[in-house]
Parts: sequence; structure tokens; C-alpha cells
Amino acid sequence: MFLRHLFSTDHKVIGLLYGFTSLFFLLVGFALVVIMRWQLAYPGRTAWIAPEMYNGLGALHGTIMVFLGVVPLAVGAFGNYLVPLQIGAPDMSFPRINLASYWFYAAGGVIMLASFFAPGGAPMSGWTSYPPLADFAPSGQTFWLLGMLCLIFSSLLGALNFITTIVQLRAPGLTWFRLPFFVWAQFITAFLLLLAFPALQAAAVLQGMDRLAGTSFFLPSGLVVSGERVEVAGDGSVLLWQHLFWFLGHPEVYVLVLPAMGIIAEVITTNIRKPLWGYRLMVYSLFVLGFLSFIVWAHHMFLTGMGTTISAFFQATTMIISIPSVVILSALILALYGGSIRFNTPMLFALAFMPMFGLGGLTGLPLGLAATDIPLHDTNYVVGHFHYLVAPGTIFALFAGIYHWFPKITGRHMNETLGKIHFAGSLVAMNLIFFPMLLQGLAGVNRRLWDGGAAYQFAEPVLFMNTMMSHAAFLLGAFQIFFVVNLFMSITRGRAATTNPWEATTMEWATPTPPLAHGNFEEAPRAYRSPYEYSVPGMSADFVPQHVADHMATESRSHGA
Amino acid sequence: MDALPYTTTVRPDTGLTSPKLGIWLFLASEVMLFGSLFSAYVLLRSGAPVWPDQSATLSVPLATLNTVILISSSVTMVLAWAGAASGRLSRYRLFMGLTLLGGALFLVVKWIEYSDKFSHGLYPSTNNFLALYFTMTGLHAIHVIAGMVVNAYLIGPGARMWTKDHLRFTNRVEIAGIYWHFVDVVWIFLFPVLYLL
Amino acid sequence: MNGSPSSGAAHAVQIRGYLAVFAALLVLTVVTVAVASLDLSESATVAVAVTIATFKAALVAMFFMHLKGEKPLVFWSLGLTGVLFAALFAFLLWTEGDRLVGTRFLDAFGNAPKTAPSEGVH
Repeated sequence: MFLRHLFSTDHKVIGLLYGFTSLFFLLVGFALVVIMRWQLAYPGRTAWIAPEMYNGLGALHGTIMVFLGVVPLAVGAFGNYLVPLQIGAPDMSFPRINLASYWFYAAGGVIMLASFFAPGGAPMSGWTSYPPLADFAPSGQTFWLLGMLCLIFSSLLGALNFITTIVQLRAPGLTWFRLPFFVWAQFITAFLLLLAFPALQAAAVLQGMDRLAGTSFFLPSGLVVSGERVEVAGDGSVLLWQHLFWFLGHPEVYVLVLPAMGIIAEVITTNIRKPLWGYRLMVYSLFVLGFLSFIVWAHHMFLTGMGTTISAFFQATTMIISIPSVVILSALILALYGGSIRFNTPMLFALAFMPMFGLGGLTGLPLGLAATDIPLHDTNYVVGHFHYLVAPGTIFALFAGIYHWFPKITGRHMNETLGKIHFAGSLVAMNLIFFPMLLQGLAGVNRRLWDGGAAYQFAEPVLFMNTMMSHAAFLLGAFQIFFVVNLFMSITRGRAATTNPWEATTMEWATPTPPLAHGNFEEAPRAYRSPYEYSVPGMSADFVPQHVADHMATESRSHGA
Repeated sequence: MDALPYTTTVRPDTGLTSPKLGIWLFLASEVMLFGSLFSAYVLLRSGAPVWPDQSATLSVPLATLNTVILISSSVTMVLAWAGAASGRLSRYRLFMGLTLLGGALFLVVKWIEYSDKFSHGLYPSTNNFLALYFTMTGLHAIHVIAGMVVNAYLIGPGARMWTKDHLRFTNRVEIAGIYWHFVDVVWIFLFPVLYLL
Repeated sequence: MNGSPSSGAAHAVQIRGYLAVFAALLVLTVVTVAVASLDLSESATVAVAVTIATFKAALVAMFFMHLKGEKPLVFWSLGLTGVLFAALFAFLLWTEGDRLVGTRFLDAFGNAPKTAPSEGVH
């Protein structure tokens, strides 16, 4: 029976496979950084956390969190499970391709984990794998390249599946501007994955050729490694890798964020009993954000010696891209005004997402301006910036989603008390970790340093923060225990849930609980209205589900609606 | 498993079947993949102080032959689809077989080219031009092989669908054809860029 | 609509169309090789070769891949792809062009190459 689940083409099963696998990888990625933080708190105390090991932990922490953890959870798990349900479809357009997607992801994951055991050690050139360093790194780097090729192929298959599904399998009456915001977010995300990932695929092939076939795609002439002149043809370009990597890398960060915004929109509307403020504006912002994300990438390369004109171009587009982000965040905040707010666990995570994501976004502004990026590039400021967006940002959104949709998947609620403890502890701990990181970066402490900056005299005043941040990280880990226990305990012993316990309007709540193995819905649904008809004047209930026909919805209408 | 909606019928508002949209989306990603490699070519060549004489290093006659072979296999592929569409099994089989033959001949010629380079001590590591040549044509050849695997399936075990669901089978041939033509299009660009410029 | 099974006479017309495109592709291939052997300037050769290749690709796409008469959604997706590819291509080229003064063709230590940059490579 277990085997049947491993090879099922049902999007719900595949979504859960992605879910459990990605949560496992999030745990692994977190464990890696806990080890790193132990070294940073107590430098040199643990002999086996040598510099190369530290670098290996760092490279895999980043790689695993981004490519094996967050994106597979946000897109592979949430997307796969919910998109067909929210559009009233029986499954994804290509169920077997969906299954193939999962297995390529799993294969990539195995290869990445195996890289720890590669002779010579794990990949240790950062998650960004810059040549020339990565070209000469030990064999673990080749595992990284192979793993990435598998993961990218998985994402490409998934992306075309999502796009085709959303285009082709929307239920009758579900026009584009009646789609839940979550579906729009997944739609744009799929385009980002589809069109940006191939650049990294190409780059990985080229780096593979450099490492295995002795080419010099990324190797300039005259290189000396460990005192010896490197015998390669030369005339390669280090920048070529950076361009191709960041062409993917920047849209990738929006892949990390957009599904999270989608989840937040769903959780917020349900728990404020009000529609989204500025739904259309938010959707248009998604389009602008998605398109712009492809033409900002070189803001990661301001210090590479690029000319001033091209730097100015990328600086401009980077500043402009903050606009749609701010629009979406502001719309979410404005929606709260006048809402009847329920402060349950998913809503707490969603409420915290907004200022945390705001802080992360604001700290990005000095990085996007080339002049202020000069002292901040490659410091801990950058690390603090993007962790604010991903940790109390995206990951909070993912937690919100798990607590929110758990009753639909399992028919039971997760425990509220444990959930609130998980929330409060995580929020405090994350801020204790990442805010000092911003300060350390402002003081000039470089990122990826095994000794945490101890070798530099100017870092001395902020060194004490290392120990504090590490303790906060250990604390963060401890609070996740509440979540893990809650998750597994509630599957069998959680409070029983009705089929639409949050009284939400979107179509995933119209299925039985759990949704039917074959076809999801008892009868094929139809959409009759916009997705967030909460507190409609004149209606007796404070919500009208999307799939309910007009004559069924009208109960007691005083004056015209 | 019942076929999902719009597998063989078009959805009215988009005018597409799902497989048709799916293959074009896949090809969009392939455009970006080969596009990245062409971009790499341009970056490396424009930044290189010296660049070998491409048409002197490689065999233009062999590549021209390969271009003709691949274009011919594209024609036979679309004729195979036309045969399937008009219900002529033998015609479908003939042209699909010729397509497979074309793919195989292409790979044979590539094998001859590669062996010739190696025997003269010309490897990917020799210089960036050869590195790009081997990488780009190698990746292209992998795509040719993948297409041949699909076509072999469609002429072999996959052809059982001819009688069970003829329309769906014909559409599958069309989709495989679209992929195959794309592989031809990539070569149409690879040929002048790598051999003639 | 293009791409659908057709009957009798329409079918024969369709086949003739494919064969006409085939002939055009062969002719254009010959032209490409011929022009390349003409020893024009670098930029002219590139321009002609890429233009002919684009035209050949368009023929294959429009007629063999049934893109002619295809639905807007497909065109929009391909259009977006084209724009993004152009952006990647253009910016990579621009980086090489817009460098700090005097940094082209330098090796890892900032030394100029021993051989002079070959003529025609700009």
C-alpha cells in the first residue's frame, strides 16, 4: 500500500510526498546551520568543524533550504495539493509528468545528501558555486551540479504542468479574475521557473565540462592555484557563470516569495471575513513583479567591475521592482482595516509575515543601490536581509498554510496552544538571529567566515553577537519541536474538523474531507462569483462560497445586494 | 484512469488541447536553455583575444550534409503526422521510419566528426571554441536521441493506440513532431554559428 | 484549422505545402554556405547567416510545427520567451562592452594577452 502511494499520479498524494520530503529537508538544512552556529558561538572548540567542513555545511545549508526545502514545499506541496482544488479540477493536466517531477526532485535530493560523502568532501563553494573556486573544488561539487540538473528538470516539468493546468482545467465560470490570489501567485511562479531555470541548467553543464572535460568556460588565462600555474586553455569568463546563475537566481527569490504571498492572501481573507483590498491591483502587481524579476539580476554583481552604465540600468530596475512588492504588501495590510479578525494560529503567522517581510524588503534597498552596496556586498547584512524575507517571511507563510489547510487534508485540527507557542517562540528567536546579523554586516563583517569575523580587528565590537545569535538559533530549533509534535499528534488525535471549518469561500473547501481520491469533488463544481465574498451585505451568513449558485446563496435579502 | 478534459478536445476559450500547450511551454524552456548557450558563445567569443578559424577547424561539408539530413527528417516527420491524420497506417509507418533513419544518420555523421577531431588531438579542453562546439552539439545530440526514443515508442509499442484511440494517437504524433522540429530549428542555428562564422 | 486531420484534396494541398517548404529550406541552406564562402566582413557574414537561419527557423515553425494559425496563448508564451532570451543575450554582450576602461582581454592578473587580439573580433 505504501508503494501505491509512492507511485500514485494523484496530485494530492504527490503534494503530500513533496510536503513530507521538503519538511524533512528543511530540518536537515536547519541542522546544518545549527552546527555552523555552534562553531560561530564557540570557535575552534569542535575540531571536526574545520574551515572546509564549515564551508561545506554552508553551501549545502543554502542549497538544501532553497532548492530542496522551501520551493518544493511552497510549489511542489502547496501548489500541487491546492491548485487543482481551488480551480475545481479533478487533477493536474499531466498526472504522470507530475509524478516524474517528484521523483526527479527526490533523486536530486539524494544526490545532494550523498555529496557529503564524496571523496574530498561536500560542495563548499557556497550555494552560488562561483568559478574559479568551484571549478577546482573537490568532487562534492560535481555531485552538486548533477543534483541541480535533476532538480531543475523536476521544476521545469512541474512548471509546465502548473501553467497548463491553470489555463486549461479551470471550472466553468472560473474566469481569470475570479481566481484565488494563491492560484495567480502559483501561475506567475511557474513562468519564473520555466524561463529562468534553463540558464542555470546551461551554466551547470558548462561548469561540469570545466570540471570533467578540462574546458575553460569560466577560467581566465594566467590562473595560479596553490602556487602552480593552471594548465588550461584559458580565455574563459568568470562573469559568464555569474550572469547565468543570477539570471536564475533572482527570479528564484521571487519563486520563494510569491507562493508565500499567495498563502498569506488566503489565510488573511478567511480570517478577516473581508475580501482582499485591491485584488486586481495585486494581480497586476504580480505580472509586473514577475516580468521585472528577469531584468534585475546583475544587482548581485555590482562589485564585479561592470561598467557604470550597465550598473545604473540594473540599479534602476531593482528600485522599480520594489514598487509592486510594496503594492502587494500594502494591499494585504490595508485589507485588515475594518476586518473582523480571528487571531488563530495561521492568522498569527500571517500577521507577523507582513512586518517581517517589510523589514526584509526595506533592508534590500541599500543593496539595490550600487553605491551603498559597495560596503554591504558579501557581508552579513546581505545574509540578514534575505533571511528576514525567507525565514519570518516565506517560512512563516508556509507554517500558516500548514495550520490553515491541515483540517482539509486530514479532517482534524492542529492544536491551537502548541501552535501559538510555536509561533511566539519562532518569531522572537528569528529576530534575535537575524537582526544582529544586519548590524554585523553594517560593521563590515564578511559572510561565510568560519571564525565569524574574529580575524578582523574592525569586527571586534560586534563579535559578541555571534554567541547570542547561536543561542537564538538553538532556541529556534527547540521551538520547532512544538510544531513537529503537533503535526504528527494531530494527524490521529487532533480535534475533528468539519468540511469547511474556517468558513472559507474558495473551492478547495467544497470537497469532502479529505478530497475524493478520484476526481476530488462529489460533482464537478462551477464558479458563480469572485473568490472572496465575505460579509456581503444582505446575506445571512458572513461568507458566500464561490461554488454556490445565486439562488442557493440568497437567503434573506433585505434591500438589493 | 479516465482521460482528463481537453486531452484530445480543445478547450473553447483557449482553443488548445492541454498537450499542445504543454509541449510549447516545454519548448519555451528549451529556447532559454539553448539561448543561454548561444549567449555564452557570444560572450566568450567577443571577449577572446584570439578565436580559431571555425570553418577551417570543422568540416563544413559534413555539417551541411547533416543539415540536409535533419531538415529531411523534419519533412518526413510532418508527413508521418499527415499520414496518421488521414488514417493511412502504412504511410505513417514509412515516414516515421524514415524520420528515425534520419536521426540515426545525423548521429553517425556527428560520430564521424567527433572521432575525426579526437584523432587530430582536438578536444573540448583545447580551446573555448572547441569547448563550445562539443558542448552545444553534444547537448543537441542528446536531444536528438531523446526525440528518437519517443519516435521509436510511437512507431513501436505506442502505435497500439492507433486502433484504440486514433485521434489521441495522431495528436501524440503531432506533439512529438513539434519537439522534433524544434531539434531541427536548434541545428539550423548551430550550423552557421559554429561552422560558418 | 491547421494541424487537424484533413480529407482528400485538402490533404494533397497540405502535403504539397510541406514539400515546398522543404525545397525552400534546402535552397536557403545552400545560400548560407555560399554566402559564408564569399569572405565578407565579419559583421556582414553574421548578419546574413543569422537572418537566413531565422527565416529557415520561421518556415519550420510556421509550417511544420503548425505555428501558423496557432492560438494567441502560444504566441504570447513564445513572445515572452523571446523577449527574455533577447534580454539575457543583450545584457551578456553589454557587460563585455561596458567594462571599466582598459579591462578587456586581460587575464586573471590583469596582464594583457601576449598575442594581439585578432582582427575582426570586437
